[in-house]
Formats: sequence, structure tokens, C-alpha cells
Amino acid sequence: MAKFNLKVNGESRQVDVDPSTPVLWVLREHLNLTGTKYGCGVASCGACTIHLEGMPVRSCQLPVSTVKQQEITTIEGLSASGDHPVQEAWIEHDVAQCGYCQAGQIMSAAALLKNNPNPSEEDIEAFMTGNICRCGTYLRIKQAIVAASQK
Amino acid sequence: MDNNYNRRSFIKVTALSGGGMLLGFNWFVNRTQRQMNAAGTPADSDWTEFNGYISISSDNVIRIMAPNPEFGQNVKTSLPMIVAEELDADWGTVEVEQASFDTSLYVRQFAGGSQSVRTTWKPLRNAGASARYLLRQAAANAWNVPFEEVSTNSGKLIHEKSGKSASYGEFATAAASLTVPKDVPLKSPADFRIIRQSQKNVDGHKIVTGKPMFGMDYTEPGMLIAMIEHPPAFGLKLKSWDGSRARRMPGIKDVFTISLFPEGYERESFDTRTFNELVVVVGNTTWEVMNARKKLQVEWEPVKEKKETVNAFGNKREETIPAGLESSERHLEIMQEMAGKPARQLRKDGDPEKAFAEAARILERTYTAPFLAHNTMEPMNCFARVTDTEALFVAPLQAPEFAERSLSKRLGIPVDKIDIRMTRMGGGFGRRAYGHYLIEAALISQKIKSAVKLVYSREDDMTYGIYRPAYTATYRAALDANNNLTAFHVKGGGFPEHPVAANRFPAGAVDNYLAEGWEMPSNITIGAFRAPRSNFIACAEQSFLDELAELMGKDPIDLRLELLQRAKDRPIGTSNDYDADRYAGVLKLVREKSGWGNSTANGLHRGVAAYFCHNSYAAHVIDMRMRDGQPYVEQVFSAVDCGIVVNPDAASNMVEGAVVDGIGNALYGELRIRDGAPQQRNFNTYKMIRMHEVPKKVEAHFVRNDIDPTGLGEPPFPPVFGAVANALYKTTGKRFYKQPFSAGFETEQGGK
Ligand code: FES
Ligand code: FES
Repeated sequence: MAKFNLKVNGESRQVDVDPSTPVLWVLREHLNLTGTKYGCGVASCGACTIHLEGMPVRSCQLPVSTVKQQEITTIEGLSASGDHPVQEAWIEHDVAQCGYCQAGQIMSAAALLKNNPNPSEEDIEAFMTGNICRCGTYLRIKQAIVAASQK
Repeated sequence: MDNNYNRRSFIKVTALSGGGMLLGFNWFVNRTQRQMNAAGTPADSDWTEFNGYISISSDNVIRIMAPNPEFGQNVKTSLPMIVAEELDADWGTVEVEQASFDTSLYVRQFAGGSQSVRTTWKPLRNAGASARYLLRQAAANAWNVPFEEVSTNSGKLIHEKSGKSASYGEFATAAASLTVPKDVPLKSPADFRIIRQSQKNVDGHKIVTGKPMFGMDYTEPGMLIAMIEHPPAFGLKLKSWDGSRARRMPGIKDVFTISLFPEGYERESFDTRTFNELVVVVGNTTWEVMNARKKLQVEWEPVKEKKETVNAFGNKREETIPAGLESSERHLEIMQEMAGKPARQLRKDGDPEKAFAEAARILERTYTAPFLAHNTMEPMNCFARVTDTEALFVAPLQAPEFAERSLSKRLGIPVDKIDIRMTRMGGGFGRRAYGHYLIEAALISQKIKSAVKLVYSREDDMTYGIYRPAYTATYRAALDANNNLTAFHVKGGGFPEHPVAANRFPAGAVDNYLAEGWEMPSNITIGAFRAPRSNFIACAEQSFLDELAELMGKDPIDLRLELLQRAKDRPIGTSNDYDADRYAGVLKLVREKSGWGNSTANGLHRGVAAYFCHNSYAAHVIDMRMRDGQPYVEQVFSAVDCGIVVNPDAASNMVEGAVVDGIGNALYGELRIRDGAPQQRNFNTYKMIRMHEVPKKVEAHFVRNDIDPTGLGEPPFPPVFGAVANALYKTTGKRFYKQPFSAGFETEQGGK
């Protein structure tokens, strides 16, 4: 066990965990931020996507000991009240079915638009290919990203 | 406090303590006793229980309880819409509550078989209409005007002549003291204002902001985490284990074993037992438990053949669970052997043997499909706090009433001391109708005397079994010298069940018809998977009809329509289970919407398929294109007849999802077994469809009619497979008979 000072959604938080613990489980079980989801644990589904210094990362593969002072943003901290353009577009297009994958999808989409404000359809497909949606809401995800990019 | 109860309509109205009315009702009132028993739902208690409500406070807050487990089919929005429609409420101000966690009005409901809207349609409408009636009556009394003169409009009571109006809330308390009417007229579909209008998912905001809603998210102070080690292969069981190293790992509380069911336990239909003895690791956090599991020393040994009694809703049968380590390759060989042997007759019309003997031409084809894992995005999990006398569960599950009964039986705790709270589900697809994970969590909680959350890793989830069965079907058609279809023969089999629905199309459309099935016991467990059996047989049948049409020199839609016309005009047999007109209806609609028959854009190749199951009809036209040497679905036109469409945009979302799911499973879905062990363990080896493989466009069209809703979660799924196969033929020039089809792209083995 070791103590880590983390910057999560603009706040500093301290946890006492095994250094190998993935940020996914630190968020979910030590900081009570359960919006970030476990889907595979092997970086193959994207359900656990967070931002690290604004870059999308799979938190299931990110040991807490490697984070240091880098800023973590989770779905809970993406916007103050759910009004990030991507979140709004998601509601507008009624994207979700079961909803389980959507936090990861939204975090990936937000990161995409930050670095590429006007992505082509191919850009979107290439960037989002790491995020599985078992319910098959991909068409709406794509439409919502296009809509958000135009805001 | 008044408490007016109309036994006949199963509606009870009560005054709310702070003012207002509470109208309780029963979701199941339109089911007959027999239907309920057939569905496996305990009938008697439900008839006296109220498990839905509308509450209207005096300050005009209208709440409707949505009781159904939600796994993405959007019933949490669409069911309250039905109530609000008849209540004539303002949808924008209605609050929808989920019946779990904080209500004592525990709801018995089953999310499966595309039943949700279909079975609740009448009672929901009746409840809304009764509440509206009482409000109008209360207003009429207060204003001293005839009842008929009080109308409503979007949550307002209005008396036009006098110009009086009031909110529902103002008369809610008075309405609660009136007698519930016997028969309330329901709206004509032409007057619907909320139904047939797209309404957004009531949980949309919670989902996009990551609020805790799923079983996985549930936590309580002091709760422990448990994980289970099950055998690495079907056909193995626990031989010996040593947990001492694991127990010494940080954060670990205990290591022990549990037995899911005792020897001789009479299983019920959903008590699927894949592995009985399980090694359990319990600790403080998931990561610590995951790490400790790696230190477990466990030896496994082969199982012996076993006989078990299964009590399927009162029908007892013996089930043989064979010993041995099975493999998918061997299954395929057995399927081939069985294709040449007679099987159990399921239906016979005319004299098929004679017709085949006299045929001028015979077409025969065999189709196969592998096991599929459900792969719900949220793995199985369950919170349990169980003592010797009572039990609390918080879990994502589809069939609480089945789970409750099994838990009571296994734990020896009466049903009324078992509290199951349903969370939102991260996908269901049939998988969460099997409640073994609740029993496992209960046994663990009992053993360690603590609240515990059982968590499956993705690997645990994918390798646990309860798969879509591995299936095969052989089709034969006989043509006479004049190119008439004279006989049709389907023989289906599988591990461990066959996929044939003997009374489905084209039964009824052919004079000489034979349907047969065979079943081979297996120790690989299976379970309902989105549109059970149909999800395979639709593909085989619709691929076969496509090839048959080609052989006969007919357009594939025309051939189906001709057969349907025949089934309508001069049906063979009396137990055909489809409506030929509605079936033809979706084919005609998809023909029109897709511009079938017109030449498609350059490089696009189309395939069509249709199917009927779970009371609804669906047809798809799929347009495919070769890109970088690989076939991709570019666009899909879908036509669905599911009666009245309650929430059109949500319905389109369901169809889009079913299309994507169907393409993904047809092309890539496969859980292969070798020496009893699943070869796919996680998403890095189990190929799931991803964004770049999804069509650019899915157009969902619905047949417009006033038939009561007949369900949508499953029916659009099965025909996707067939349309994919038929489009693949047009695109590649090869017929594909073996799923997953993408295996045939790489090896060039797919076609014959
Ligand atoms: S849980 Fe991290 S990518 Fe799947
Ligand atoms: S909405 Fe269910 S997995 Fe994406």
C-alpha cells in the first residue's frame, strides 16, 4: 500500500492503495466515482476511458503509481452539469440503449473533438473503433459526434 | 382515508397523506391464468397485488412508476408514456420512477421475449384512463356541472361553457375519495398525442453524466467484494484446492468453496447450473481479489455423466449431462452425420417422401452456427446481504420472479423475506434471466456473514456458459417439371436443443411438408439469447429461400409473396403460427422503401430477408460493398410490423441496434470450444462489431396500423443474418453456409 495524491476533476484526492491498482478501480472503489465503467480490463472495449491531461486513456491499464500530478477527468467531471456539447448531442440524439458503454464513448468523443474539431466520418470511425457498444448504438454515436462538432 | 378498490379492473385509489391521489394498479391484469403459468410466472399472488401506481399530489406533481427491468429497450420511457396518454397528462411534467431501491411496491416483471409493452398495454391504458375519469368526476362535482362537460387537455381539467379550468393536482385529493369506475372507455388510436410521438429516454441525463445506475455501481459501507474461480473447461470439476497463498494476499478476507445446488436438487427452468463447486475469494476491493485469485492453487478433474431432474413450470423431465471434453470441431462432424439421418418428426403435411421421389429437381443445403456468448457490456454481478432468516439482493436481472423462487428454495428462506431490488442492466439479451449469480452471491454472503458484491471479470463472464446453442439445419426443396415447389423439408439439430419452429413459414404454403428436429446432450450450458432459435433458423431458412428463388428463376421477394399468398388463400394445416398478410406487409414495405428492383448505386449489392417471431414481423434489405477486399454492409432498409409504435425514435434505435447486432454476430460472432475450454475469453479474442464495420445508414420503417403493440426487442434481429448471407452472395458470388461468415472471407472456404 502507498499513498497517492491525485488530481481528479479539478480536486485533489488522496488514496492509499497498492501501486499497481489501475486508475479504473481507484476511481470506482476508492473515490466513489462509478461513472467510469469496467468492461474488459484489457484495453479492448473503451468502457473505462478517462482523460489524462486531456488525452483519452483506458483507465483499466493505467496503474495509479504512474499518474503523478497529471490531471484526471472522468465523466462526472467532463462538465459542471452535463452540458458539454458532446453530452448535449448524446441526449439530443437519444443515443443510449442500456447506457453502460456510453460514459466511455462520450469521453472518447470529447477527446476526439478537442484535438480534431471537424472530424471526417473516417476520422470518427478510426478514433472510436476502440469503444464497443454491445447494444449497437454506433450510428447514433456517430451522428451525435457530427452534431457536437458543429457547435 | 378512503380506499376504493375495484376488483374487476384491479385498480385501487387512495388519498396521499399530504394531499393528492395514489392510483394503484396491476400490470398483469390482461393475462390469463394459463398464459401466466406458461410464462412461468406465479399467478395467484399477482392477482391481488398492486404493483404499479400513478400519484398526483395536490401541488400537481404527477409521478408514474416504471416497474420493468430496463436493459436498453427503453421501457422505462415507453410504459409511462402509455399511462400518460390515457391520463391525458402533460408528458413534459410527468416524473418517472424506477420501482427499485426505495419503494416497497416490489414489481414482478419479466424483461424478455419482447413482452414488456405487449403484456402491459391494456392495464396501463386502463389505469391512466381510470385516473382521468376520477379527476373529471371530482371536477364535475365541485363545479356542479355534468360529468360529460368536463374535458381534459394536457394535464388540465376544463369546463368550456363556464370557462373554468384547473390543474389535475387541484382535484387529486377529491378524486381519491370517489369510486373507481367499472369500465372506462379508452382513447381511439387516432386521438393519441403522446403515444406515436418520439419522447426522449427519461434517464438520458443520468446516463451521459455517469450517475450510478447499474448493479456494478452499487455499494454499501463495509461491503466486501467476491469473485469466483470456475473450472477452465466444461466437463471439469473441482478436485482439490489450496487457498493459503491467496489468503495471505493484501486485503483478502477469506477463501472457500460453495456448492451452487446440492446433489439431487430439482432444477427449475432458469436454474442453469454450469459449474457446481466454485472457489470463492473474498476481499476488500476488486483489484485485490483479482490479484489474490492468481495465487489460488486449484486442481480440476473430469466430471462423470450425470442425470438431473428439471422441473420446467410443472413439467418434470430427466436431463442427461454427459461427461467428456467437447469441441466445436467435433460438434460440426456430428452435425454432418446427423444431417443424413432421420430425426424426430415435428410436423408433416401431405406426402413429402413421394414428392421428393418424384421431383424433377431437388435443392438441399446445410447451415451451421456456433455457440455465441451474450457478452452484455456489464458483466454479471450481484450485491447480497443474507442472514439465516432474510436476504437482500441488488442486481441487474431480467427475471426476478424466477430468481426469487430459486433463492427461497436454495436458502430455505421464505419468499416474503427475500427482497430483490433491480438495477438498470448493462445489457441483457436473455443472459440475465439466469439467476445463478444471485444464488452464488447469497451463499457467499451467508458464509462470510457480511454484505458482499459478487463481481464477474469479463473472462469469468465469457467462459461461464449459458451460450446461444450451436445449431445446424438442413433444408430440402422439391420442384416438379413445371418449376412448382412441391415439397419442403427442414431438419434442424443442435447442442443441446434444435432450432426448428415447425409451424412457421413456409409451413402452410407447401402441400408436402416435413419438419424434424434432433438434440444432442452437451455439458456446455445454453440459454435464451435475443430471439432464441429464431436467431439461427431465420438465417438458414431465408438463405435457403434465396437460393431456391434463384434456382426457380424468381425474384426472392416475389417468391416469398407467392408462397404467402398461397398460405393465405389455401393454407395447408391449421396450426400455422403467422399472419400471411402482415408477413407480406413488411416485405412489400421494404421493397418500396429500398427501391428493390431498381438498379442500385455502383458497387452495391443487395440481399433481402424477412421473418416472424415473438408476435412481430420484420424484413430487411441490406446493401453491401467490397472495400479493401472485404465486404461491408453500407446501408440497411428495415420494415417492421409490431402494431402500434409507442415511441417511434426509441423504436428506430432498437431496430438500428438489432441490425448492428445481427450483422456483427453473423459476420464475427463465435465462441469456439476446444477440449471443453472456451477459446475466446475477452474482447481481444472474441470479435465484436465495431464502429467502422457498421452500416452508414439504417432506415427503419414501421407498418402503420392500430393493432395493439406486439413487441420489438427481438423480432428485427433474426432476419438480419439472412439478409447478410444473401447480400454476401451477391457481393462475392459465393454462398455462405457456415457462421461466422467472416471466417469464409479469410480462408476462401465459406462458399460451396
Ligand atoms: S475496461 Fe478498459 S478498455 Fe475495457
Ligand atoms: S448502450 Fe448498451 S453497450 Fe452501448
